[in-house]
Amino acid sequence: MKKQIVTPERMAKLSACLEVNKQKKGGLMPVLNESQKIFGCIPAEIQKVISKELGIPMAEIYGVITFYHQFSIEPKGDYIISVCMGTACYVKDAQKLVDEVTAELGIHHNETTPDYKFTLMATRCVGACGLAPVVIVNNREKGDDVFGRLTVKGGEMKEIIAKY
Amino acid sequence: MKPLEKFENIREMTIKNMKDHLQIRLGGKPFTGKRDVLICQGTGCLSADAEKIEDAFVAELKKNGLSDSVSVVRTGCFGYCQVGPIVIIYPEGAFYSRVKLEDIERITKEHLIDGTPSKDLLLPESLKEDGTIEDFWHVPFYNIQKRVALRLCGLVNPENITEYIAFDGYKALGKALFEMKPEDIINEVKESGLRGRGGGGFSTGIKWGFCSKEKSDQKYIVCNADEGDPGAFMDRSILEGDPHSIIEAMAIAGYAIGADKGFVYVRAEYPIAVNRLQMAIDQAKDFGVLGNNIFESGFSFDLEIRLGAGAFVCGEETALLNSIEGKRGMPNPRPPFPAVKGLWGKPTIINNVETFANIPQIILNGAAWLQSFGTEKSKGTKVFALAGKIENAGLIEVPMGTTIRDIIFEIGGGIPGGKKFRAVQIGGPSGGCLTEEHMDAPIDYDSLTELGAMMGSGGLVVMDEENCMVDIAKFFLEFTVDESCGKCPPCRVGTKRMLETLTRITEGKGELEDLDRLQDLATNIKASSLCGLGQTAPNPVLSTLRYFKDEYIAHVKDKKCPAGACVELLEFHIDESCKGCTKCKKVCPTDAIIGNVRELHVIDQDKCVKCGACIPVCPFKSIIKR
Repeated sequence: MKKQIVTPERMAKLSACLEVNKQKKGGLMPVLNESQKIFGCIPAEIQKVISKELGIPMAEIYGVITFYHQFSIEPKGDYIISVCMGTACYVKDAQKLVDEVTAELGIHHNETTPDYKFTLMATRCVGACGLAPVVIVNNREKGDDVFGRLTVKGGEMKEIIAKY
Repeated sequence: MKPLEKFENIREMTIKNMKDHLQIRLGGKPFTGKRDVLICQGTGCLSADAEKIEDAFVAELKKNGLSDSVSVVRTGCFGYCQVGPIVIIYPEGAFYSRVKLEDIERITKEHLIDGTPSKDLLLPESLKEDGTIEDFWHVPFYNIQKRVALRLCGLVNPENITEYIAFDGYKALGKALFEMKPEDIINEVKESGLRGRGGGGFSTGIKWGFCSKEKSDQKYIVCNADEGDPGAFMDRSILEGDPHSIIEAMAIAGYAIGADKGFVYVRAEYPIAVNRLQMAIDQAKDFGVLGNNIFESGFSFDLEIRLGAGAFVCGEETALLNSIEGKRGMPNPRPPFPAVKGLWGKPTIINNVETFANIPQIILNGAAWLQSFGTEKSKGTKVFALAGKIENAGLIEVPMGTTIRDIIFEIGGGIPGGKKFRAVQIGGPSGGCLTEEHMDAPIDYDSLTELGAMMGSGGLVVMDEENCMVDIAKFFLEFTVDESCGKCPPCRVGTKRMLETLTRITEGKGELEDLDRLQDLATNIKASSLCGLGQTAPNPVLSTLRYFKDEYIAHVKDKKCPAGACVELLEFHIDESCKGCTKCKKVCPTDAIIGNVRELHVIDQDKCVKCGACIPVCPFKSIIKR
């Protein structure tokens, strides 16, 4: 699991970045921006490295990371599966779709699979009630895929997941 | 050779090399056989394939052997984003709008080879009655605009310093360094009447004066490019379209107050702006207008970009400085003001992008020049981002004192679909709404404050009769609640309570007393919040309460939303015109529609979730919201 985030190659990038910013006044923000880009998140073990190199306490680094929207401690998956839980979808049994993802991938709301491929989100109304129930699969590069009018007879989420 | 002469020599050389292009683009000279094809590469046009359009032009020119006589120039934003992607061909100033990839072969053949512009592809307004072409800058959208801060946006290639230099770039820095004393510069800026364009409206010259009086071994210049208001994109466009003007201005400011180090704090959501600015900084350093001992004047100035990480409050100056220092971006109480005690405790000037963009022009043309437009207390121009229910969305710059009517109807082209104008929200989450009765009020800092709105950074969101003002106030409050940093309770707790009250009202659970509670809370939050975010957060609520009180009352008393926007207060009904085609019944996600074929259908209000899925499928328009 750790292997996914921290690789020697990425660590090398981080050290290069630390080297550049070590002497800079206020170097923490550039380092965090870069770390977020390199690792996709800034978990505790990365914070530890930064803390040691820049001589800034972990608590302070944690404070800064949690303040800004763009930094995250937990990594997100490559594909974010959003199941709409707006009223229209909810009454069309969207919860069953969520349960199916949980059964299939072993993740609950706001959790990510160990291989960082999928994150499951139960979202507010996405405004496509005519297509209820709706599932959206988002990838940062490829954009959104929308699956609507699901029958909730079982097996649909398995099929959708198999596409990725 | 004196340093200034050396500087001027290089400038002259550059201008000589650029002479053809200058003549072509500035007009007034006969056609020389050469043309410039300017292609907008601002964020708006880029998202509509502007890059591919550029590649296609380059390929076409090569194919037709035109590469020597026609130059393709990538520029920053023209502002008329509504009709993008935009291609302008000089010297005619022919305005090709909504250009598609498949048009390029034709434009190349007809316009660039045969010399007859493809008229049907031009912006319709740019064709005069007699069939001749109106110069790009004279179509209605630009006619009453006055471009100072946006002077070179859409005229030069932002990725090429020589273009900037050819259009008087770095001339102001030369003048400042070699012909003016620091106090002369501060006086000039003071006299020009320039006020901070980021929202506060404080006199830029006075701010610089405070900072120059401070004795310190180190001072800083900071450019605030953390543009976060929803709907505002003026700073982004300047950085994308004319980054050198900011670099030049910051160097001038550095010389004026005795600072040798500057930071540009840009939000990380602006990758194109960051790239172009970094490119510009590198070129300026190579060229010697940035760095050590600039043109042997003895003055050194270094510039660095620092990125934000998605926190709106960092647009507040003390929060921004904390963020540069690598801390949580929370504000500090003022005084001490940054001009006295700023970055790392050192005197710091912090100005907004648009403010800086005015500086080189003021130094070159003098204070009296800027004084010549604007109103008594607000001099110069202001850039506005026009958005919402308006025909021509985009970026505009007008003299201070222009009326809202002129902006919305002359430049903006009015409200689409024949709908009625309702209000305009000015100044984003810190601003307020203005209504029909203010249409002829001249816009400047003071008149807006008087009317309960605020210049803010210059976002103008136009609303028509279908927008609910309570809902709009709620939208902005949701934003401030999300973005409140949490340091001071009035903002952290107060705005949240206001949002809850507003939510109650829009759900039909409000009571008349809620309006007084809102008013009270708003007044207190304004008075007791630590920074500008909290002090202005209640403005959208206060101004809508002031001008649209009847609408609030309709929500709490009659439990109705007059604009039909607050879903909770609506009921969907099917009227007599229903033919019983069952289409709505099939699409309803909750089976709330009851009725047999060829019989009048009825909506079960207990089951209906008001999703609106039935409305578009009804062929007889029988479903009504009320």
